[in-house]
Amino acid sequence: MNLNIFVQHFINALSLGSLYGLVAVGYTMVYGILRLINFAHGDIFMLGAYFVYFATIVYHLPWAIGVIIAIILTTICGLLVDRIAYKPLREAPRISALISAIGVSFFIENFAVVVFTGMPRPVVQPPILMKPIEFSGGIRLIPLGILVPVVSFVLVGALLWLLYRTKPGLAMRAISFDIEATRMMGVSVNRIIALAFGLGSALAAVAGIMWALRYPRVEPFMVMTPGIKAFIAAVFGGIGSVPGAMIGGLILGFVEIMSVAFFPTLSGYKDAFAFLLLIMILLFRPTGLLGEKLEDKI
Amino acid sequence: MSSPMLKIDGLNVNYGAIHAVRDVSLEINRGEIVTLIGANGAGKSSVIRSIMGLVKSRANEMTYISPRTNKAVNIAGKPAEEHVKLGISLSPEGRRILPQLTVEENLQLGAYIRDDADGIASDMEYVYSLFPRLKERHKQKGSTLSGGEQQMLAVGRALMSRPDLLMLDEPSLGLAPILVDEVFAIIREINAQGRTILLVEQNAFAALKAAHRAYVLEVGAVSLSGTGAELLNNPKVRAAYLGG
Repeated sequence: MNLNIFVQHFINALSLGSLYGLVAVGYTMVYGILRLINFAHGDIFMLGAYFVYFATIVYHLPWAIGVIIAIILTTICGLLVDRIAYKPLREAPRISALISAIGVSFFIENFAVVVFTGMPRPVVQPPILMKPIEFSGGIRLIPLGILVPVVSFVLVGALLWLLYRTKPGLAMRAISFDIEATRMMGVSVNRIIALAFGLGSALAAVAGIMWALRYPRVEPFMVMTPGIKAFIAAVFGGIGSVPGAMIGGLILGFVEIMSVAFFPTLSGYKDAFAFLLLIMILLFRPTGLLGEKLEDKI
Repeated sequence: MSSPMLKIDGLNVNYGAIHAVRDVSLEINRGEIVTLIGANGAGKSSVIRSIMGLVKSRANEMTYISPRTNKAVNIAGKPAEEHVKLGISLSPEGRRILPQLTVEENLQLGAYIRDDADGIASDMEYVYSLFPRLKERHKQKGSTLSGGEQQMLAVGRALMSRPDLLMLDEPSLGLAPILVDEVFAIIREINAQGRTILLVEQNAFAALKAAHRAYVLEVGAVSLSGTGAELLNNPKVRAAYLGG
C-alpha cells in the first residue's frame, strides 16, 4: 500500500467517521437531556438530504443557498417532531415517548416514500468539490473528502463552545442532570430542550447533505445504515457525551474503512465490525468511552 | 407597619388519594423570617413547593406582592421559572445541586435570569464571602463536595437570582450540629441584609429561635401559629417538637 492510497483511505475514514459523529451528536444530545432515543433523528438526516436535492437540482438554486434553506427546513422539522411527538409526553413514562419516537420515525419514512417516491434520485455534485487537488508525494484528494471532516469538526467545536461557554449551554448541561432543579433557577426548560432538538437537527441536516454529496443520491431509506452506525457511535462514545459521540463516530469510520483497506477479503463483514465494537464496549465498559455513570436522582 | 409580601389562603395539595396539604393559610411580611415547622410528612415541603409552582395545588388566594413593583401578582398556576423572575427563589430539600457542574457553574445557573455580568460577579463574591469554603472549591464539581458544602452551595445558588423572598427547605438536614448553628447564623445575616425568608425546618428549636413568626403544620394543616418566641414557650410545641 503506497502513501497515496493510505492517505486516501485515511481521509475517507475521517470523512465517514465525522459524518457518523455528526449524526451521533444529535442522538446523544437528546438522550443526555431527555433519556430518550430519538429514533426520528435519522429520518431528519434523510429530510436534510432531500431538501438540498430539491433546492439545488429541482429548483436550480445555487448550492450555498440550497444548503442554507435545507438546514433551516430540516431544523424546523426537528423542532416540529419535538413539539408534536415528544413535548406532550414530557410528564409521561419514558416508554411512551420512546414508542412515540418509533412512530414518528415510521411516519417520516413512509411519508417520504409517498411524497418523494421510493426511487433513488441521483445528486449532481458541484464540480468544484470533485476536482482532484495534487499534493506533494503523488497524493491526490478531492475537495469534498477534505471538506466533510473540516465542516464536521468545526460544527462540533462550535457546539462544544456553546455547551461549555454560554448560558443556554450551561442550562442544557444542567437539565440533563435535574430538570426540576434547573427549572427552579428560572430556566424555561422546554425552550432549552427545543434548542437541543434544533441544534441536533441542523447537524443532522449538514450530515445528510454531505452524505448525499459523497454517495451521490437520495432515497427515503438512505439513513438505515448510517443511522444505526451513528447510534452505535453514540453508545460507543458514551451516550450523553458530545465529544464521546464524535470520537465514537471516528473510531467506527476508521474500523470500517481500514478493515476493508487492509483485509479486502473481509469487506463483506464491514458492518459486522461495527456491531462487534458495540458488543465489546457494552461487555467491558457499558457506559461507553467517555460516558459517566448515571447518578440516581434523589 | 408590616407590609405583606405573600398571602396564601386555603391552600390544598393532593397527591392522588393523599390529601397532603389541607386549607393552609399563611402570610409573610416584608423583612420577616417565617418558619414552617412540623414532623416529617406534615406537608411542609408541599407547601413550599406549591408556592414555588413545582406541584399542582388549589388555593383561594396565592398572591405575591413584589417589593420591586409593589404590584400584587397571582402566582397560582405559574411555572417555577416565572417565580424566579418575580423575585422568589428556593433552595430545595435534598440540595439538588448539579453534581457534574462546578461550584462556579452551579452559582452561574442560579443567576440564569440575569444578564448583568458585573452584578453577577459581585454577587458571586458575596456568596463566597458568606461561604468561604465554596470559594476554595469553586472549580470542583458539585459531586465532590461534602453534605455541608452542598447545602451552602444550594443556599448560595438560591441567592444568585437576587431574590426578595428566599425559601429554604430543610437547610439543616443532615448537617453536623456545629454546621447547623453556622447555617442559621448565615440565614439571619441574609435576612438582616433585607431579604425576606420562608424557612421550612424539622429542627424546630433552631428555626423558632431564628424566626420572627412561625406556623406549625400537623398532617397537612396549620395547628398553631405565632411569633417564634411564643411558640418556643408553648407547652404543646415543647412537648411535640422540642423534646419536652
